Amino acid sequence: MKRISLLTVAAVMVAAAASAQTKLTVITTTEDVASIGREVGGDHISIESLARGYQDPHFVEAKPSFILKLQKADLLVAVGRELEIGWLPPLIQQSRNSRIQPGSQGYLDASLGAAILEIPTGTITRAMGDVHPQGNPHYWMDPENGKRIAKQIADKLSEIRPADRPYFQQRLADFTARLDAAEKRWLAQMSPFRGTKVVTYHRSFPNFSERFGLDIIGYVEPKPGIPPTPQHTLDLINEMKRQNVKIILVEPYFDLKTPNAIGRDTGAQVLVMPPSVGGTKEVTDYFKLFDYDINLLMEAIKKSGAK
Amino acid sequence: MRIWRQAPASLAVALILIGAPASAQDSPQALRQEIDQLRRDFDALKQQYGDRLSALESKLAAAEGAARRPTAQTPAGQPVAEVPAGAAGAGGPTGALPVYGASVGGAKVFNPDIAVIGDFLGASGRNLVNPSPALEMHESEASFQAVVDPYARADFFISFGESGVNLEEGFLTLTSLPGGLLTKVGKMRAAFGKVNSLHNHVLPWTDRPLVIQNLVGGEDGINDAGISVARLIPNPWLFLEATGQVLRGDSGDDFFHSSKRGDLSYVGHLRAYHDITEDSNIDFGFSASRGHNPAGIVDGTDVGRFTTSLYGIDATYRWRPLSRSIYHSFVGRTEWIWSRRDQFDGRQDAMGMYLSGDYQLARRWFAGARLDRSNRAHDASLVDTGGSFLVTYWPSEFSQVRGQYRRTNYALGPSANELLFQFQFSIGAHGAHPF
Repeated sequence: MKRISLLTVAAVMVAAAASAQTKLTVITTTEDVASIGREVGGDHISIESLARGYQDPHFVEAKPSFILKLQKADLLVAVGRELEIGWLPPLIQQSRNSRIQPGSQGYLDASLGAAILEIPTGTITRAMGDVHPQGNPHYWMDPENGKRIAKQIADKLSEIRPADRPYFQQRLADFTARLDAAEKRWLAQMSPFRGTKVVTYHRSFPNFSERFGLDIIGYVEPKPGIPPTPQHTLDLINEMKRQNVKIILVEPYFDLKTPNAIGRDTGAQVLVMPPSVGGTKEVTDYFKLFDYDINLLMEAIKKSGAK
Repeated sequence: MRIWRQAPASLAVALILIGAPASAQDSPQALRQEIDQLRRDFDALKQQYGDRLSALESKLAAAEGAARRPTAQTPAGQPVAEVPAGAAGAGGPTGALPVYGASVGGAKVFNPDIAVIGDFLGASGRNLVNPSPALEMHESEASFQAVVDPYARADFFISFGESGVNLEEGFLTLTSLPGGLLTKVGKMRAAFGKVNSLHNHVLPWTDRPLVIQNLVGGEDGINDAGISVARLIPNPWLFLEATGQVLRGDSGDDFFHSSKRGDLSYVGHLRAYHDITEDSNIDFGFSASRGHNPAGIVDGTDVGRFTTSLYGIDATYRWRPLSRSIYHSFVGRTEWIWSRRDQFDGRQDAMGMYLSGDYQLARRWFAGARLDRSNRAHDASLVDTGGSFLVTYWPSEFSQVRGQYRRTNYALGPSANELLFQFQFSIGAHGAHPF
């Protein structure tokens, strides 16, 4: 009798240890997806992003230390739409991990279930700059897409770990409800300022603008991925003066020299607006990203009195 | 009329039916509970439909995206070709004929990623020892890369000179072997040191360092058909990768030469990489290689059976501040190589090295310098030295213009002072950035 109970205790302990050990390892390419994944996966997963929020996600270095992280991953979540084309493919190839190869169960392209803007039509050439032929990859800047990313991650985690499905789905429902409430608040905050004209450095904010009613009239970059040229800057300044644009949004990883010069000439404010979680130290999760950006915008619009 | 007459009756029935449960329980609280329940049900239903609708919307968006991608376009029905009018009277077939062998709908999706990289070189100044042409389309490298099946991918790099074609690399990579082995089979640039494994277009110079040209088989380096196996060595401190390669034994014109099947050459490489901080890292490599050389060949017969052994160490330091990663970076690298070449007049112990640094000044501008020194493999008493300054300008991610001032002091012959310039440009699929 004593032996049996000892065995039972041992078995329970082993089972407990096993379930504690088998946290799913999830690697994401960006901190935004990691933040959403953390909401959905809770303490049943460990999740980490390769890129940092304050670095340009197009130009991440394919460091060998990333190979070590991918080697152990059960799931890799990519933003997709060729955002990571310059660095992710060789990392996956060298990861020696068959679970996360594209097409395998452990590879999730989160863009496949999201609403994508700026999908180019007609002939595309590189004369148009570094265009993304499958559409703009900065789609996470809309909370509606945040929910879609969360749903895909929850479904994928449930697929890999069916026993935890109720846990993931419950956390998804909770996250979605909280995001719904927050989105209502953000929309209400921004509603007086709908139609505000802005200029952005790179095309990082189309989804954000569409959701929250900004009107992007131009870009500091003449074409995606092409640094500013004097002629384009001059044209942009004239257009901004004509349309009375008082706000320039710059991602934290771009040089402020040209935006500041444009600001001086047009009287517009230059806002360093993170498009990603981790873009500044205050933005520690997906909710704070919108909190921070919307606050920043509202303060600036109020100050300028422009619309 | 009958409907109207019946209406009050059915209304009464309905009222009774609705009233019945309420009166049965006979409490307003129960009614309220029921209403609450109904409201909850309705909300759940609303939520469900909302979810479904948004799922459908996203699916539609994804489908629209797929449909707009040119590669995913499917031809409508069977492709046909019209028979030219002149053929009708000759008793041949008439009308529309089906075209066989045309790509079936969607088959193009499986075409490999194709890119071509052009490398145009110009040279001015004086070099009597090793002159290169004034203007030259040095290399056009075509790459074809795709996944083969769930277990492997294939990469082909075919380089065209102005005349002649060369399979620079062509190999299969097995991505999902057990034991964490990354296996390549085919023709490949060997994993000896750092520069040997790099293609011309990712070098930070217009040329290859003297030590590579003198001791590691010239411009093409150790580049041979064989099998490569690489494995990560697990440890808690750093990235450690060991690579072993068995090659046929033919590399360079005067370097490795295989006279019979058993004359294989071998390459071993150990790479240690560590992130010092988020912005900087260090990369060390230790390499060894051994193979038969052609020094003992007399009248087509390898009577000497001589071998060459190579040993190398390399170190690379990289700095790139993450938040300004597209504007500033620095890469410092050095390689030291020792060559032991047996030949009729005895063993030649030669040594060579280069030291180089490249600093990114702005988004599009790079400046660099390189110091060269190397013995010659055949005669270690001869020492060539040199130095270069470089400026590189990137109009975009897909093209670059480079100028290099190079001075070379040859052991035999007059020193050379040259100004080299290079245009590089890439079309096609977006390749990975070199690391």
